[in-house]
Amino acid sequence: MTDKLLTISNLDIALPEGSERRLAVENLSIDLSPGETLCIVGESGSGKSLTARALMGLLPAPHVRATKGKVLFCGEDLTQASEPRMRQIRGSEISMIFQEPMTALNPVMTIGGQIDEVFRFHADMPPRERRKRAIQLLEDVHLPDPKQIVAAYPHELSGGQRQRAMIAMALALEPKILIADEPTTALDVTTQAQILKLINEMQDVHKSGVLFITHDFGVVADIADRVVVMQYGKVVETGTVDKVLNAPEHSYTQALIASVPSLIPRAPRPRSEHIVLSGKDVQKSFGGGKSLFGFGKPNRHVRAVKDVTLDLRRGETLGVVGESGSGKSTLARCIIRLMDSDSGSILLDDVDITSLGRSEMRPFRKRIQMVFQDPFASLNPRIKVGQIISQGPMIQGEARESAEARARELLEIVGLDERAFNRYPHEFSGGQRQRIGIARALALDPEILVADEPVSALDVSIQAQILELLDEIREKMNLSMMFITHDLRVAAQVCDRLAVMRYGEIVETGATGDIFNNPQHSYTQELLAAVPGQNWDRKLAT
Amino acid sequence: MADFWKRFSRNHQAVLGLLILCCVIFLAAIANIIYPGDPFLYSKFPLSPPGENGFLLGSDSIGRDVASGIAHGAKTSLLIGLIATLAAVFIGVIFGAFAGYYGGIVDDILMRVTEVFQTIPSFIFAILLVAIMKPSIESVVIAITVVSWPAVARLVRGEFLALKNREFVQACHTLGMGDVRIMLAEILPNCLSPIIVIGSLMVATAILIESGLAFLGLGDPNVMSWGFIISDGRSMLRVAWWICTFPGIAILITVLAINLVGEGLNDALNPRLRERK
Repeated sequence: MTDKLLTISNLDIALPEGSERRLAVENLSIDLSPGETLCIVGESGSGKSLTARALMGLLPAPHVRATKGKVLFCGEDLTQASEPRMRQIRGSEISMIFQEPMTALNPVMTIGGQIDEVFRFHADMPPRERRKRAIQLLEDVHLPDPKQIVAAYPHELSGGQRQRAMIAMALALEPKILIADEPTTALDVTTQAQILKLINEMQDVHKSGVLFITHDFGVVADIADRVVVMQYGKVVETGTVDKVLNAPEHSYTQALIASVPSLIPRAPRPRSEHIVLSGKDVQKSFGGGKSLFGFGKPNRHVRAVKDVTLDLRRGETLGVVGESGSGKSTLARCIIRLMDSDSGSILLDDVDITSLGRSEMRPFRKRIQMVFQDPFASLNPRIKVGQIISQGPMIQGEARESAEARARELLEIVGLDERAFNRYPHEFSGGQRQRIGIARALALDPEILVADEPVSALDVSIQAQILELLDEIREKMNLSMMFITHDLRVAAQVCDRLAVMRYGEIVETGATGDIFNNPQHSYTQELLAAVPGQNWDRKLAT
Repeated sequence: MADFWKRFSRNHQAVLGLLILCCVIFLAAIANIIYPGDPFLYSKFPLSPPGENGFLLGSDSIGRDVASGIAHGAKTSLLIGLIATLAAVFIGVIFGAFAGYYGGIVDDILMRVTEVFQTIPSFIFAILLVAIMKPSIESVVIAITVVSWPAVARLVRGEFLALKNREFVQACHTLGMGDVRIMLAEILPNCLSPIIVIGSLMVATAILIESGLAFLGLGDPNVMSWGFIISDGRSMLRVAWWICTFPGIAILITVLAINLVGEGLNDALNPRLRERK
């Protein structure tokens, strides 16, 4: 077993008593060779992150601990290693990068200081040498102007730069194993592509083994050599990336892969020319205000939405895609009148609703409804599901009995049991809550549904179900939908037309198929090129 | 309701607190039956130790029955604590809710007003108010209310600030719900737990402030209270320890019991904690 860097055999990790299941990880056996990338894929709660923590000896003991099995690292059993020995190994032999670089970096220490710490704890080096190495490392991860970044604090860097700095830190002592726990999940797609490239590059240089934990099959297709699929703490399938992605054997893997939305846009649908909603030159900026007595600096002025003009036709789904900070959510909130736009007009059929007051707006509310992103924040935890759904129609003047009857009906339409009516939201899972959110929006029989990243907080199999549900109700109720997403795979499967946003502006609009096959604007091209797993999609399509 | 009680009773300390609190309330209710007549009435046995001359807890310097004083004082303390807290919570919730919900200039104005009240040390402010208004039970209640509400306002403002941008509140806007209804029916229930906890702590603080005021001779001279007995006995602590000790213990136990109940209410009312069975 000398050629393997890491061999985990029959590992069990126990959860505290009274948890959902007894073992977080059950009978896990995997191995990793030098220079290899092993992806652990699974949905939330599959035990993939705990596996990584077990390797680092970072399980939240004594409640969660490894009860059985071995973790052999170059022949040494890490489950038996003493704490001082583990400290030696961490950082120098095995290191880890995390999902959220902002929380993984210490906000009150400079980047240089944090890299310096790694050297101080593990290597005997004079300060001057350490600083030189730190700058060298930052240069290796392609950070611009490393001399300045050494002295910068984490908040002064962008998300991608922070993740680069994390990688520099993790690679400082040329570890044999790099564990990456969803390192690109919090990043935009273009940044993600860069970081993945960087990890690959670093691996080539250092010949380290990479254990990459992710839920994203696109990423897996791009970087993995071998894949381990986990479900409920058990490995259901292992194999080379080709075999697992293209010829999965286990039914769970098959289901997971089937629920990954394809990048090939679906066939265009016949469309109506009737415009139900349009925005003209919509503008919105934030900040610039002052405090009561005029003390202090005025806030930074940000133009979130600049001169956006768009149309939504009856029965179509218009996708608004863009990276974080592109203003897509702000645009949606302006259109649904949750925020007042600074200028421009929003027309619902032919009525300008931009400057309607609250009570004038009320009759229009029921025609345009919204589905929110976070299924945990979008339902009031103190109110029963039945009431959440029925209160909309009641505000609009419907009688309690008919509103409640309608709510029960809607629960069935969105695929929930009627007993959900008298329960509180916290008794439901994320996907079920999103169904409740959809039922609430549908309760008013809207013509237009604005969906703000409705599936981005959900696991891929749940995501597929919710998308299917949205599709179904769109057909059934002849809804027009404005669908905001950062995920181009989802956009390809859901939207008839796309509007691509950057820095508050729409840079390109067009039919989904046209945009995917023949993007005009350079930013759209860049965005499409960055989507992980493209080769895999092409292979599946042929 | 049965469900709520089940959750509450899982916390044994809270049940103990409730039990003690019930005893104190019961004592206050039957004070006129077990000790009929004026608690200020003096006898010819000054400074008799507990158990002698028919005084269960002894008598003070002019022969007033300490036990009778505690029983009658319980009513005063509880009433003042309850009324002052309710008033303070009412004012505080209104201030905090408007400031947090509307933000901007409304928030600025309401919070500056709150800060003016907060900059004055509360007990000294209470003394000042009672001294200006002349000592009476009403003025004590008003003084305690005035010094207590800013804490509630700040708490409620914070909760409203955090909750008003939550997606479920935005969803209510898209349904066309009015502001007042959003504040009362949607946001307020979500900050009930901290309000109940701070409220229960405030009842305890109010009882302490009232005792403190009475101790300084600023209580209502016609109403028996625990602070009054302590104030009366403090100069004789070395010869007659019982005069200060028993009302002191009464204050301690009552305040403790109220805190325990508050804590238990918090656990029982928070739906997220319910899952931890």
